[in-house]
Amino acid sequence: MSSPPAQAASLDLLRTGEGVLKVRLAGDWLLACPVPSASAVLEQLRSASPPRRVEFECTDLGRWDTALPAALVAIRRVAEGAGVPLVDERLPPGAQRLLRLAFAVKEREGARRVHLHRSLAEQVGQATLNIRAALVALLSFIGVCSQSLLRMARGRATYQRSDLLVAIQEAGAESLPIVSLISFLIGMIFAFVGVRQLEQFGAGIYVADLVAVAMVREMAPIMTAIIMAGRTGAAYAAGLGTMKVNEEIDALSSMGVNPIDFLVLPRLLALVIMLPILTLYGSLLGILGGATVSLVMLDVSFVQYVAQTADSMQLSSLLGGLFKAFVYGSLVAVAGCEQGMACGSSAMAVGQATTRAVVMGIVLIIVSAAILTVIYITLDI
Amino acid sequence: MAREASDAHITVSHLTMAYGDFLIQRDLDFSVRRGEVFIVMGGSGCGKTTLLKHMIGLKAPVSGDILYGGRSFWNATDEERELAKRQFGVLFQSGALWSSMTLAENVGLPLRLYTSIGEAEIADIVAYKLALVGLAGFGQYYPSELSGGMKKRAGLARAMALDPQILYFDEPSAGLDPLSARLLDELILELRDSLGTTVVVVSHELASIFAIGDNAVFLDADAKTQLAVGNPRQLRDSSPDPRVRRFLRRGATDDGQAVPAGVN
Repeated sequence: MSSPPAQAASLDLLRTGEGVLKVRLAGDWLLACPVPSASAVLEQLRSASPPRRVEFECTDLGRWDTALPAALVAIRRVAEGAGVPLVDERLPPGAQRLLRLAFAVKEREGARRVHLHRSLAEQVGQATLNIRAALVALLSFIGVCSQSLLRMARGRATYQRSDLLVAIQEAGAESLPIVSLISFLIGMIFAFVGVRQLEQFGAGIYVADLVAVAMVREMAPIMTAIIMAGRTGAAYAAGLGTMKVNEEIDALSSMGVNPIDFLVLPRLLALVIMLPILTLYGSLLGILGGATVSLVMLDVSFVQYVAQTADSMQLSSLLGGLFKAFVYGSLVAVAGCEQGMACGSSAMAVGQATTRAVVMGIVLIIVSAAILTVIYITLDI
Repeated sequence: MAREASDAHITVSHLTMAYGDFLIQRDLDFSVRRGEVFIVMGGSGCGKTTLLKHMIGLKAPVSGDILYGGRSFWNATDEERELAKRQFGVLFQSGALWSSMTLAENVGLPLRLYTSIGEAEIADIVAYKLALVGLAGFGQYYPSELSGGMKKRAGLARAMALDPQILYFDEPSAGLDPLSARLLDELILELRDSLGTTVVVVSHELASIFAIGDNAVFLDADAKTQLAVGNPRQLRDSSPDPRVRRFLRRGATDDGQAVPAGVN
């Protein structure tokens, strides 16, 4: 379609003696071309002596699209606010109809929102209250999960065994590759550092002790838990959050199924069972990593290294490490499921819930690691 | 079809659609005239929405083509297709609003992306489009704060943002109360009359089909092709195909007897 070049749009005002404001519209009112602003009309309407009524003069008006009704709607809204009647009969018939349609549904009272500027103090206060609310929500979710565990112990919880097995597979077997890689490398890094330092005293063989104790007591539980927070905790939050958005959780509730029992319990159990096992596996891989470095850099045999490692190990260290893994596993699962179940009802909210689940999971892991270490030292474990 | 080709805005020519090996519809052949309201109708699962996806460029046909103003859509280069897409607006079934943006930002985004209009004018245009769909004053709301019907109307405001020559509607009145559905029908007719917009509506709401449809195509899931093309009121009264008449009379036979679904 070839169209003639657009005539510049114009808007002129004429105030007659009887207080009538004449708005003369001319030219082509098209979005693609610059269009005069309606602010002059709005100023007249808002002024101390507003006109008695507004009339339009459109004899020279050419082509028009959304640009025209958009300006007219802005004028009419202000005119209505000022109580000035608008005479629209000279407007093009199409524009009249569109204008009428735009005002066919009355604006709902109180729908319009005003952006409030909040002071810094208010924002800090609000943020603090939010942290408190998040803690309360987490604690009450832990309470709800405990009730659910009790129901399961009495055989009253409704959940599917297959869900539990799938969750165990996803949290366990499918995490093996990444846990293997990270643990092996962490073991190697410890051994490198240890060899450099201990060799100076001719105590190179004690690298075996260093790697074994560090992996079993601290590093394997923490590293595995952080991997699972990023991998499985995030998956729980995103999965449950999407189910919330799709009203799948409401559907379960309406059938009389407790969504905590049905959805959260299998996931929680899976992580709590699998994280200690993965930690044990991670410790072994870490020790292997340490052995690899020691065999290359030190003058020790594999048998010597294993014997030294076995000497350094105490049952209490092993059990202490596994208990930590158990605690971290519960915290990661609770953080993931809590954020998923508390997710808002939009695609954006799922992303936010996932982010919060991972951040909360990692913070909880590190804080509880510090607390547990102090307790272990006090109890001399 | 006895229709002047020069008048055709959209021409669907020998279109065959399939998902993998699963044939949806074959040999679809019809055209939509400039400035008419065209209905794509048929029972659930017959491929109405799939046809829409082909027309708006989301899914490529197995064979056949779609022509916009005589120009091929699917045999064109990617850039030509992107350019052609600018001339239409689409209202998806549940609005498909971007959940991270307010309604005003949703409606304003196409204007910011594809025009050089200033912020103040964009604000005016957004307010006008939202008022047209009955959502005056809701600009600062997020989609998740709205009801399903309001989301749909906001989606329409966004589809209309650039004054498209063609508007596609996927099930526009599903999930709307009767009064809102009626207002939406009036708005569709108004857009056609005032701005000359060509409107393609995927629908099975009979009341709305008869109220707004100038022309229609009837798809059938069993025959896997179109059974009839024409004005929906005429099809109801005098279509040679009994399946089309039954659909348009809600299952009633010619003598006005209601027959339970599945019988005959």
